[in-house]
Amino acid sequence: MSGTENQMTGAEIVLQALRDNGVEHIFGYPGGAVLPIYDEIHQQDDIQHILVRHEQGAGHMAEGYARSTGKVGVMLVTSGPGATNAVTPLQDALMDSIPLVCISGQVPTSLIGSDAFQECDTVGITRPCTKHNWLVKDVNDLARIIHEAFRVAQSGRPGPVVVDIPKDVQFATGTYTPPSAVPTQKSYQPKKQGDLKKIEEAVELMRNARQPIIYSGGGVINSGPEASHLLRELVELTGFPITSTLMGLGAYPASGKAWLGMLGMHGTYEANMAMHDCDVMVCIGARFDDRITGRLNAFSPNSKKIHIDIDPSSINKNVRVDVPILGDVGTVLEDMVRLWRAASKSADKARLADWWEMITKWRARNSLAYTPNDDVIMPQYAIQRLYELSKDRDTYITTEVGQHQMWAAQFFGFEQPNRWMTSGGLGTMGYGFPAAIGAQVAHPDSLVIDIAGDASIQMCIQEMSCAVQYGLPVKIFILNNQYMGMVRQWQQLLHGNRLSHSYTEAMPDFVKLAEAYGGVGIRCDKPSELDAAIRKMIDTPAPVIFDCRVANLANCFPMIPSGKAHNEMLLPDEATDEAVANAIDAKGRQLV
Amino acid sequence: MNAHLQPTGSAYFIAKETELAETHTLSVLVDNEPGVLARVIGLFSGRGYNIESLTVSETEHEAHLSRITIVTRGTPHVLDQIKNQLERLVPVHRVVDLTVRAGTLGHDRPIERELALVKVHGSGDHRVEALRLADAFRASVIDANIDHFVFEITGKPSKIEQFIAIMKPLGLIEVCRTGIAAMNRGPQGM
Repeated sequence: MSGTENQMTGAEIVLQALRDNGVEHIFGYPGGAVLPIYDEIHQQDDIQHILVRHEQGAGHMAEGYARSTGKVGVMLVTSGPGATNAVTPLQDALMDSIPLVCISGQVPTSLIGSDAFQECDTVGITRPCTKHNWLVKDVNDLARIIHEAFRVAQSGRPGPVVVDIPKDVQFATGTYTPPSAVPTQKSYQPKKQGDLKKIEEAVELMRNARQPIIYSGGGVINSGPEASHLLRELVELTGFPITSTLMGLGAYPASGKAWLGMLGMHGTYEANMAMHDCDVMVCIGARFDDRITGRLNAFSPNSKKIHIDIDPSSINKNVRVDVPILGDVGTVLEDMVRLWRAASKSADKARLADWWEMITKWRARNSLAYTPNDDVIMPQYAIQRLYELSKDRDTYITTEVGQHQMWAAQFFGFEQPNRWMTSGGLGTMGYGFPAAIGAQVAHPDSLVIDIAGDASIQMCIQEMSCAVQYGLPVKIFILNNQYMGMVRQWQQLLHGNRLSHSYTEAMPDFVKLAEAYGGVGIRCDKPSELDAAIRKMIDTPAPVIFDCRVANLANCFPMIPSGKAHNEMLLPDEATDEAVANAIDAKGRQLV
Repeated sequence: MNAHLQPTGSAYFIAKETELAETHTLSVLVDNEPGVLARVIGLFSGRGYNIESLTVSETEHEAHLSRITIVTRGTPHVLDQIKNQLERLVPVHRVVDLTVRAGTLGHDRPIERELALVKVHGSGDHRVEALRLADAFRASVIDANIDHFVFEITGKPSKIEQFIAIMKPLGLIEVCRTGIAAMNRGPQGM
């Protein structure tokens, strides 16, 4: 490259680098230290900027955008408070492996370290909550670093990255390097291909299994649609039952024959019992989180465990496995399916007959049962109706965190990957609504619903203003029980039903709130009127807050109480007040 | 790392650690870029791992590579985790557990050396004794006047410990240690 051809200002480089990395939308909030970049945004049309109302909203929108498209989400924030407000979504994306690029402004390099106005040590603060981060001190490094940032964010185990750009670097003129001219970092070369010997070993174990189970997770979704396709093929070929973590819902269809429902703390009886009693467990892109395993020393005591994961530090972290396979889920599944087919001389499914019979008995226990009510809306019923009335549409679901999240996971059936966005690892209240906005930006003609709780929704409610500004017809479906329901449930379990600060005495009028923002508010408190109200919500071409008044004291079951194993679940019909009060012993009360 | 936590019977159940903690020496090859040491140290503090000794310096100037030597203590399971977590950091090229490698090479442990500067103040018999002992430990005098010495001593950490302990009653003023530099015996590199 010669002469002035590739000479640009730092701000121009940012925009050019975003374009070259295929970015169409960014979510951000302006401020002093990013004004040069905003000036560039103003002078172009390729990239649409969505103005949020709080930087946390920008981060969760970028997460929802990324999760629903498989692309990298991009957020843009200013220095100081802009960057610190981004910390929650960055950690959220780190724990749920969401590819996210956060560009932050910084005070000019000459002022760094002087406690300048709106200065903070952004790379220092975000170091533990990102996969990697950079402070750009020379405009000639800027393009390379942004390209690297995109590569790091989306390759290997995806995650968030931060590029911190001082204001003088945005103004300075330097050379633009296109992505193709940037050599890949030698120290970062994630391994996609699994060790074939290990995969053969795994297939051999699976062929001889009599009580196998597949336990899949968010890694299948992250690996791309092809991985979900291969997972379905593997289930079909092997005849194995399959369960999934919260993050993995949709990779295998909820209507599939082999589907056992979600596992873990609020998973189904059949999924947890099968995990406990299996002889071969195939863990695909999941990480043996504590909400999944329950008591570790009683976790699936008699099984050989196969673990496919792209992150070596996830393997043998919580649970020791017998056959670790390091690699990309999609690539490994391809090999696994091929090897299974090649060795298919009488991999007879008949040997699994007894196992399936057992599973059928567990299923018959109907662990998601609840007592219907004609007078008040049961929260589970509300989710069921929402599902029935939206399932034939092109629907994306997000959630906040709490009881409503678990009910949504239990009662909403997901048929496709990338349709379900929830904060699993970090458990961020306030995630769902901005995530829904992000998903709606990516899929403007789809039905995007945030299933929310009355407490969570108030943590990022300000983004109603954003949804209205951009005409994004996001639907907020609040299961309003006036409580922080999950907090209350744990207080009942752990603290003698002393409901310390889990009741919200002053609740906004959600209908008026929606109207105040320029959206539409709907309220419903009768089961008989619910269907019509949901239909009205779906048909409204504008942002809607649906205040669904549900039974106040309903609890979320089944549940593995603290310190118990998979086969010691608390089932809804056994969950009397007394059983709930005594479910956790003194030791179990010490931690959540 | 979690050895102090007893089984709680909670969903955050942490199994009682039955493995014994071992002390291992790790060599970590990293890009010498701003913040890389903070990343490594932050990983240790954030995940509750121990650092008993840490040294770092650029070792390949043209490639901008630094070699970090960390002595850490944990159960074999935790040591495995430390290695895997370190390898996950973007600027980290390689992580070698020198203690494990020494075992596979048929050695007891890797070569581990440390340098210390030891300042001793004293006169009369103490002064003579300090100088005599320094000679026995092959410590060299790098600064002195009529009532003090600064010794430079190199060797295994245990030797340095011993030297410092002996100097205490003879008028030890201050000590500065570099931390351990280590590599494996034999012709192979890390």
